[in-house]
Amino acid sequence: MERIQRAFYRRQDRAALIPFLNAGDPTFADSLALFRSVLRAGADIIEIGTPYSDPLADGPVIQNSALRSLRAGFQLPHSFELAAALRKEGDHAQVLFTYVNPLLQYSVDRFFRDAQAAGVDGVIVPDLPFEESESIRAAADAYGTALIPLVAPTSGEDRIRDICAHARGFIYCVSSLGVTGERAKMSDRVKSLVATARQYSQLPVAVGFGVSTPEQARDIATYADGVIVGSAFIRRIEKNLENESVEVSVLEECVYHFAQALVEAMAQTKRRFVQGV
Amino acid sequence: MSSKATYPDVHGRFGPFGGRYVPETLMSALHQLEQDYRRLSGDASFQRELQYYLAYYSGRPTPLYFAKRLTEALGGAKIYLKREDLNHTGAHKINNTLGQGLLAVHTGKKRVIAETGAGQHGVATATVAALFGLECTVFMGEEDMKRQALNVFRMRMLGAEVVPATSGTRTLKDATNEAIRHWVEHVEDTYYIIGSVVGPHPYPMMVRDFQRVIGDETKSQCLELEGRLPDVVIACVGGGSNAMGMFYPFLEDTSVRLVGTEAAGHGITTEKHAASIAKGRPGVLHGSLTYLLQDEYGQVTPAHSISAGLDYPGIGPEHAWLHDSGRATYVPITDDEALEAFSTLTRLEGIIPALESAHAVAEAIKEAPRMSKDQVIVVCLSGRGDKDVDQLAQRTGGK
Repeated sequence: MERIQRAFYRRQDRAALIPFLNAGDPTFADSLALFRSVLRAGADIIEIGTPYSDPLADGPVIQNSALRSLRAGFQLPHSFELAAALRKEGDHAQVLFTYVNPLLQYSVDRFFRDAQAAGVDGVIVPDLPFEESESIRAAADAYGTALIPLVAPTSGEDRIRDICAHARGFIYCVSSLGVTGERAKMSDRVKSLVATARQYSQLPVAVGFGVSTPEQARDIATYADGVIVGSAFIRRIEKNLENESVEVSVLEECVYHFAQALVEAMAQTKRRFVQGV
Repeated sequence: MSSKATYPDVHGRFGPFGGRYVPETLMSALHQLEQDYRRLSGDASFQRELQYYLAYYSGRPTPLYFAKRLTEALGGAKIYLKREDLNHTGAHKINNTLGQGLLAVHTGKKRVIAETGAGQHGVATATVAALFGLECTVFMGEEDMKRQALNVFRMRMLGAEVVPATSGTRTLKDATNEAIRHWVEHVEDTYYIIGSVVGPHPYPMMVRDFQRVIGDETKSQCLELEGRLPDVVIACVGGGSNAMGMFYPFLEDTSVRLVGTEAAGHGITTEKHAASIAKGRPGVLHGSLTYLLQDEYGQVTPAHSISAGLDYPGIGPEHAWLHDSGRATYVPITDDEALEAFSTLTRLEGIIPALESAHAVAEAIKEAPRMSKDQVIVVCLSGRGDKDVDQLAQRTGGK
């Protein structure tokens, strides 16, 4: 959990970049290489997506990515393997993204035990609202893993207060209504959502869902502590996969360059996480 | 309402099942919906309005019909059919869409969405949307749109937009995913009319309450016709809304055996079935914890049934609870058994049942000969089979 805090604090010049990629897409080895690429490019926290057959919170790009990964035989234990491999290589922060059913089927205690062993610092479960989260959060706490909650533009102040009171790691602000996927324009509501979250929590606040361009990342970086980017990375990977004989080095290069562009744009703001210091 | 029937609890749980496993974006809407529902369901004028439409628009009460020739052919218990097929739009689905449609109207929503499998719920939703002047979008699996082309056409005639769900298995499960995803984006101005006793709380409770009219009527009709309650009540279960509506008023009448028929497809020892109680284990799908067909790691596995309406890898959470508590029994019925029952009922009674309902008829055909002639079976004939005629004609080459 401390690595997450450090990831937000250590940057002197900008908000944290948090790329999301689905583990196992297109293969275990390739996705491992892609996570390394974004880390080399300056990613501060990586979000390791575990593929699920029915990803309710995801748009088509991440859905298709999950399908490619599932077709390649990827399952939750492989996410732990991948996280463990990355952990051996460095002290970066890494969080695991999974829908609630694979977590429950693996059994809650075993999940957090293996997550801890794999060097996973936090877990994001998009279909686990506050009301259903108590026992899972207790298990996460017992293993020192942050259960990172989401707040949405529809949450309302009372919910945001309750969610923030039990938050660990950071607060994940959903930028707009709808599922994941690139959006041409960010809703104005996310700025006030971030402000509300700050009223009730000292934790860093990151924004995700729909962030497509370096310009959007820069704008968000002026008021949030972290920017989560998923579909925009995966669409670039997907486009290259249209060429079936594509080399993994091409995929690596494309995510590296995009991550770098995001980092540079965010650095223009000169704003870093200072809250709670 | 009975004193013991206090499920769901305040967390939307039926025993361990149910709950609200949905993205945060929907949570405020679900809480608001629960409040609105509790307020309006206790409101006399809302209830009067609903009763009016159920009676004068849909044609309720539906008859409890004594299937004399079927009974004689089987030589055992008396078989009664609860004729939900005689409802406007041809199935029990309208009981729920009238209720939720009125909820949408009374909460100021101008637009409704729905998922549909066989198309019956989609048609029933498009129908009330036309009736109440609401905009309507229905999500339907691409595969089901082929199987149930007539219902797609009907929905479009009624003014609804039908959106094909092209992800996953392209059936009811995926149509529901798409509907939920769409709702996440449009939650502030759109009412989601879920068609079965599935989904996050308060839907399983609400849909049950709107469907309990089936069981309430059956109870009083059976008392009137037979002077007593039935021995067995049988209903088919996909998500399980007709079964839940039929069972609920009988939950405390422990002399009444409650039997749900799951779609066993090619057989529950094969991979091609939709028997989530027989072959599934608890997991989360579409917002609630319930019995679910899934692999070792919790990936939902495709269901199969000849009937699109039962082709669903989950089951309503209250059914999961009735199974665990032993109050109801769930039995598998194969495609072939359903087809045979379809043909038997059609020939003996001149009633063409929906393939879904034929699964319930098949269980009655099994049970009746083992029972005595003074015993009574009620089968919920949840819908009529007109929608299935084309599919069957293709199967048999029109013979």
